[in-house]
Amino acid sequence: MSITYLEAIREAQAKVLRDDERVFIYGQDVGGTFGGAFKATKGLAKEFPGRVLNTPISEDAIVGTAIGAAIHGMRPIVEMQFADFSSIALNQILNNAGTHYWRTNIPVPITVRLPSGGTKGSGPFHSQSMESIYAHYPGLIVMTPATVEDAYTMLIEAVALDDPVVYCEHKYLYYHLKADKLPNDGWPVGKARIAREGRDLTIVSYSAMAQESLLAATELAREGFEIEVVDLRTVKPLDTDTVLASVARTGRLLAVGESFPWGGVTAEVVARVASAGFHLLDAPPVRINAKDTPIPYHPNLWSTHRPNAKVIAEKVRKLLRE
Amino acid sequence: MLQTAQRTAKSKTKKGAPPHERFLEAFRWMLLARTLEEKLVSLYRGGHITGGVYIGKGQEAVSVACGMFLQKGDVFAPLIRDQAGRSAFGEPLVDVARTYLGSVKGPMRGRDGNIHRGRPREGQLAMISHLGAMVPVVVGALMAKRWRGEKNFVGLTTIGEGGMQAGAFHEGMNIAAVEQVPLVIVATNNHYAYSTPNDREFACSDLVKRAVGYGFEGYRIDGTDLARCLDVIGGAVRRARAGRPPQLVVAEVLRLSGHGEHDDASYVTEDIKREPFARDCLKVVEKQVVDLDLVDAETLQAWRNEAAAKVEEAIATAQKEPAPDGAAEKWCAVSTPELVDFSLATDVGGA
Repeated sequence: MSITYLEAIREAQAKVLRDDERVFIYGQDVGGTFGGAFKATKGLAKEFPGRVLNTPISEDAIVGTAIGAAIHGMRPIVEMQFADFSSIALNQILNNAGTHYWRTNIPVPITVRLPSGGTKGSGPFHSQSMESIYAHYPGLIVMTPATVEDAYTMLIEAVALDDPVVYCEHKYLYYHLKADKLPNDGWPVGKARIAREGRDLTIVSYSAMAQESLLAATELAREGFEIEVVDLRTVKPLDTDTVLASVARTGRLLAVGESFPWGGVTAEVVARVASAGFHLLDAPPVRINAKDTPIPYHPNLWSTHRPNAKVIAEKVRKLLRE
Repeated sequence: MLQTAQRTAKSKTKKGAPPHERFLEAFRWMLLARTLEEKLVSLYRGGHITGGVYIGKGQEAVSVACGMFLQKGDVFAPLIRDQAGRSAFGEPLVDVARTYLGSVKGPMRGRDGNIHRGRPREGQLAMISHLGAMVPVVVGALMAKRWRGEKNFVGLTTIGEGGMQAGAFHEGMNIAAVEQVPLVIVATNNHYAYSTPNDREFACSDLVKRAVGYGFEGYRIDGTDLARCLDVIGGAVRRARAGRPPQLVVAEVLRLSGHGEHDDASYVTEDIKREPFARDCLKVVEKQVVDLDLVDAETLQAWRNEAAAKVEEAIATAQKEPAPDGAAEKWCAVSTPELVDFSLATDVGGA
């Protein structure tokens, strides 16, 4: 048997619906016989009647409704059809869910699923990576699973947490990643994972770019370089200790993300290492992001806009010469 | 949590017949709200309140009717001009005092102030400033109650004609009707969104017509007529509770204050102050109380004294309490301690 990243997300939702009667799924086209734009909820409306509900095209109200239900004892999972459209719900996510525990001492256990990141031909409004925006605001947990196993266990964990979770699932990984089976237990939430051990340079990444980084590391291994790849798994909280420990071993840092280059997760990683681990570095810390333009439609443009294994490997070679 | 106003209201001599069975009880909540807010204004002017003070002067009749027909198990999401409704719903006066004065013992513990307060698990949601945002939150709370098998509950939220123009409000109304939750929205057209008059706010001939468009039942009232507010808002709550579609009540008033106490409201025209809806609802009620001979002058004075004493007591209590301490604060915005971003807490927080 083999299971994809997308199937793992569906299975995680089936499990929490089965195990916890407080859970319901709320979003555009998630219900009926349709099961979502990407089929992440396929069959769940039939298996769990009345608990997988289609909504109007009202992202703000969808999240607002989930917040109200969560305050009053439910565990909603909101599916945004695309991460890009969560911009319409920013107010509810940031200003309502993100502030509620701090203000009132009552947490808001919602999980907002964001189908994130670029795929070929998707263009400016169906390709965005929003994790840095959510991580910037207090009060939210931001998960960015890069493996099938993490996609499964972290989504279960997201629903179990009392705090609001923004769960960024990568659309490129939906079908590209497969695992033999789903694990019973996951690595703890909030802890990064050494996805590949090495001693020459540390790549810190997450989500689809963690996979691209692993590909780059494999290519570089053929040239004799041992590259360590740290998969952050959650970008808020960001596991600085694991990153610093890796940089202590390698002396070099490359942070790789798919989102826009101004600020963001990679800038945060570089800032933390420069600030807390300056003495560990043998070369300036470097980062790779997408370009500072909207995400292009045409594959020829998109493949250049988005970082990939080739670009990462080139940057590593350059950094190793410094 | 209801305070003593309604209990003593019945014990006094009733001479004439009030225009609504709960008229005097409502009047006393209005009196309490006005007394409290006058005190808050005076504290603000004296420099004792940091931030803003936002009052409901002129809107007490509408607001009180919003709070009075709700009961334990209901959900109330008030906005900034709802002191009368909040008190009638059961908010202790000391919650108000503690929040305005920043006491650590208040529900917001100095982390949020003034009208941004509530006790969400007890049914009083804590508003955020973004208008329209609380509508879907009430919808979700009502859905949760339905799922959990609760019966006979209703939700009520308030808005102004300003907030009615926000996209979030439209989405909220629509999703409420789609979900068929027992919701009442009471919209008060106080004729100014901060300084902007109606003609730059909306172009429909009557805001209540929107009810039909969203699948609500709609009613329009003179918000300065307490008996009418009690009749219509009470009726809307009863209908929502009985399973009718969501209810919209639009009340016409004039805001008899600035947007906040920092605002002198010099933009309010003399013409609009002569409109029928520009009456002070509390003065209208007081005149009715006298004209209809509902209580004698001595009782009326005793009620005023009682309201003033309660307000003084709440303020005095909060004033004696400690303010929050930035050095002692844990600076933790998530409830799961192991998921605090430790680097931020140690490197940045408090720096």
